[in-house]
Amino acid sequence: MTFLSSIFKRRSSAPVARDRLQILLAHERIAVGDGKDDLLAKLHREIMEVIKRHIAVDQDKVQIKMDRGAQCSVLEIDVEVPGLTDRAENAKKD
Amino acid sequence: MAKVLVVTSGKGGVGKTTTTAALGAALARAGQSVVLVDFDVGLRNLDLVMGAERRVVFDLINVIQGDANLAQALIKDKRVDTLSLLPASQTRDKDALTPEGVAKIIADLSKKFDWVICDSPAGIERGAQMAMHHADMAVIVTNPEVSSVRDSDRIIGMLDSTTEKAKAGEKMEKFLLITRYDPQRAARGDMLGTDDVLEILSIPLLGIIPESPDVLKASNVGAPVTIAEPESAPARAYTEAARRLMGEKVEVTIPTERKGLFDWLFKRRVA
Repeated sequence: MTFLSSIFKRRSSAPVARDRLQILLAHERIAVGDGKDDLLAKLHREIMEVIKRHIAVDQDKVQIKMDRGAQCSVLEIDVEVPGLTDRAENAKKD
Repeated sequence: MAKVLVVTSGKGGVGKTTTTAALGAALARAGQSVVLVDFDVGLRNLDLVMGAERRVVFDLINVIQGDANLAQALIKDKRVDTLSLLPASQTRDKDALTPEGVAKIIADLSKKFDWVICDSPAGIERGAQMAMHHADMAVIVTNPEVSSVRDSDRIIGMLDSTTEKAKAGEKMEKFLLITRYDPQRAARGDMLGTDDVLEILSIPLLGIIPESPDVLKASNVGAPVTIAEPESAPARAYTEAARRLMGEKVEVTIPTERKGLFDWLFKRRVA
């Protein structure tokens, strides 16, 4: 069954290439074209500035994930805040 | 006044030099006077592809620096007498390409020829920028492959922003030339199709050059494919592209190899 279906439903790679390029270039054209930053990159930088203003952040404790999609993009910033973890740990000890 | 055409791509190895030689020779064979200018300073190859490597005395940089005049540096093709070549320097680096020097050379060549075809180096650095700076029109050579299409998109952006034409607020004429195209693989869905590439880059199509062993054979013997094997599929595709450059309306097709009876018999016997 799987053998037969793999013959009849051979996945072609060209549509994948086309879709990947369309998404990538949509972002690159904004970034390069106007000489301005990509919105996500800008958001990332400004969010980090705000966090730094209030907390001394260890760069290793910050995880950034970005996923640029056709319909929507996701910017995920995961900051480990030192003070709060200490407090949490202290609370556990008590 | 000459048409100044840049053959560019961003990515290396997609066929800029092959295209420069083939289109230039096709235009010259159609009676136009053509000069091919190699901008790949330090890594010149147009002389080799044109079969003129042993005739280089002076180069582009010599002319820019005043060590030689244009007439001394230009190499006339031995096969088509309306075709000339201005080689790049092999020993100097790209910093020797000054904007003023390049501007003067392009202006001088424009007075002598119908077509000034600039063969751009790969990349987006000085050499590539100098090659495109004075162009009226551009041929963007693209392989149906993701990295080539991405780089072409970047180059199209540069053509529309950094060139003299763009800065003067005029529109640069841009044409897409798809090279190394394999219709069978595209039909199977294993290679980006012409429609895909055109949709992504959205510039007019100049031609589709099929993948063919004749291209390598031509460069082996130092002749543009349009001269070495004029009846081959890639040569016919280049010749039609040249006619489109001259403003003729020619429908874009993908030429295929013409198999004669002899080829057919021979192939049978081998198999």
